Amino acid sequence: MTPAPALSLRDLTVSYQETPVLWDVTLDLPTGCNIAIIGPNGAGKSSLLKAAMGFIPAAVGEARFFGEPLDRVRARVAYVPQRSEVDWDYPISVEETVMLGRYGGLRWWQRPGAADREEVARALEKVGMSDFARRQISQLSGGQQQRVFLARALAQGADLYLLDEPFAGVDMATERAIVALFNAIRARGGTVIAVHHDLSTVADYFDHVALINQRLIAAGPTETVYTLDNLRHTYGGRLGLLTDIGRRVTEAGLNDEALPPPPGNAA
Amino acid sequence: MSAWDALFAFWRLDDPNVLWVTLGMALLGASSGLIGTFAVLEKRALLGDVLAHAALPGVTMAFFLFHTREPLVILLGAAAAGLLAWGLIDLLTRRARLRQDSALAIVLSLFFALGILQLTWLQRQPLANQAGLDKFLFGQAASLTDADLYLLGTVALGLILLTALLFDRLRLILFDRQHALALGVPVRRYELLLAAMLVCAVVIGLQLAGVVLMAALLLTPAATARLLSDRLRPMLFIAMTLGVLAGVTGANVSYLAPRMPTGPWMVVALSLFFIAALLLAPQRGLLPRALRQRSLRRRVEEENILRTLFKLHEETSVDTLWSQDDIRHHRPLGAARLNRILQRLHREGMLDGTPERMRLSAAGLKRATTLTRGHRLWETYLENRLGLSPERAHFAAEAAEHVLDEATCATIERELGRPSTDPHGRPIPERPDAAEAPSR
Repeated sequence: MTPAPALSLRDLTVSYQETPVLWDVTLDLPTGCNIAIIGPNGAGKSSLLKAAMGFIPAAVGEARFFGEPLDRVRARVAYVPQRSEVDWDYPISVEETVMLGRYGGLRWWQRPGAADREEVARALEKVGMSDFARRQISQLSGGQQQRVFLARALAQGADLYLLDEPFAGVDMATERAIVALFNAIRARGGTVIAVHHDLSTVADYFDHVALINQRLIAAGPTETVYTLDNLRHTYGGRLGLLTDIGRRVTEAGLNDEALPPPPGNAA
Repeated sequence: MSAWDALFAFWRLDDPNVLWVTLGMALLGASSGLIGTFAVLEKRALLGDVLAHAALPGVTMAFFLFHTREPLVILLGAAAAGLLAWGLIDLLTRRARLRQDSALAIVLSLFFALGILQLTWLQRQPLANQAGLDKFLFGQAASLTDADLYLLGTVALGLILLTALLFDRLRLILFDRQHALALGVPVRRYELLLAAMLVCAVVIGLQLAGVVLMAALLLTPAATARLLSDRLRPMLFIAMTLGVLAGVTGANVSYLAPRMPTGPWMVVALSLFFIAALLLAPQRGLLPRALRQRSLRRRVEEENILRTLFKLHEETSVDTLWSQDDIRHHRPLGAARLNRILQRLHREGMLDGTPERMRLSAAGLKRATTLTRGHRLWETYLENRLGLSPERAHFAAEAAEHVLDEATCATIERELGRPSTDPHGRPIPERPDAAEAPSR
């Protein structure tokens, strides 16, 4: 029997003030993969994650994690919001922020113990932020803030990581560190689902993609699904960009058959 | 009895009544500071103000209905009005999609207007003991009865204990609501609880600070604490301490001048602390920040002159003596200003010779070498790695030389394979070693 998908959506429809942002999405995302959710601005990528997590109500449909309702497997699911969604002037240190990841396993009267502190130290080390443990979070760069968020998710010890634009506004070193982390998660059987913006790196960073633009365009392994045709469907008429990215994908030696040579590229 | 004698008598605390009043006020102040800090972190600083104003019609209505000033009745009336106001704001922002600030303003003025109307009307009625109701406007600690104090103190203590218990959860939710939701924390329930705690803190502080000024008792300690600390726990302790001080100020005032409203006094006291923190707080205070700026500016000025002298020495030898005009020829600078900088460098032992004819001392040469090394390594790095023109690279390095440390320099050197010259073809000095001072 194949294992239950890490995340499966059934007929998910989400609307903001009567305007639908996501239509009837049915989708199974497998475990043990690094999965990118891509699509243009306003395509409903973040809404998809938020509706799956129950932060915003779904008009119709449901989300299951590992075949179960979220409430039964919360400990296995970590969510990393967009960096811009919290107040970085909040009076808290790096260490304390990462510790927040441990609170899912604690009742309200319980306080973190030695084992929790150990997990926090390990998570900080994995993202290379051990030296910053006592810093106040406003003193961090964008990339460091993103690492702290990742450490908080790691400290939770989850199997599935949902990330909303983890690469937004981070430096190259952090981007590489995040990719390495994703690969480490996959290597131990974990799953990463990330909203992603940079089309040129999709094929390098992710082995699965889901293309959405208010509805699901395509989902599956990168080499079969990440095609110019699908991108054209997803991004509509913005062909200039698509040609450019298509050429880059071809140049990188990816899916030679899947991608027809873009027009005007005689070589 | 003079005012000083009275103050002295107050602080001897041998009047048990004074002791109880002071203790009660201190608790009230502490709970306001504590809950106020959470309100500020929740970005709902003004909610406290609205709830305080909104409590007034609750007070008057409770009195009108039950013809009593029984503390519990008045308190429940105020709390009911506060909760009603909170529910209305919630409704307006969530359902009617009104902006938060508009909803707050509308609810505040409506409730306060109703309260004032009823208060004016009640004062014309031939009812017994309605006289004290207007004390709710600006607060009068002296009007507190023993029964009042007992009730208020108990609620304040309860709030403080509850906050201590829920500290971890509240911190979690207020930092990142979605993360708390993802962990399965019943966020909405805690938010309601926090709102109820805010209502309680406001309501018990009314007789002390009055509806008009209650917000200051909640918010000023929090704002002051934020200036003094960037961790939540110390912030809460500072805010509580300031609240206690405000409470004791109120108790003092009510002892010395029983007819005086206490609210304004406490607000003035709290504001003084706030202003002091704004000016003097070690990290965020205006004065320390200005001093740090000044010392940085001075250092940069001095280092620029050291670098200029280094380059002059490079053109000839380290023994040549240079005049102020020579320096100004390379680095345009007012004569008076240059003179001041040179005096400082002389005092620090960076220069040999006289203020008219000078050269770098051994120590000055060492520091100038380090600076030049950083400057030229950075220029080389920028040209090499970013393809900047030598002019652009020089400009960038003018700023960078003041912040580059030896560790970074060593890294750059390693990465570039120990370059010997910079983009202008000038030699990059070796790291000056303390052991072998540069020879003359």
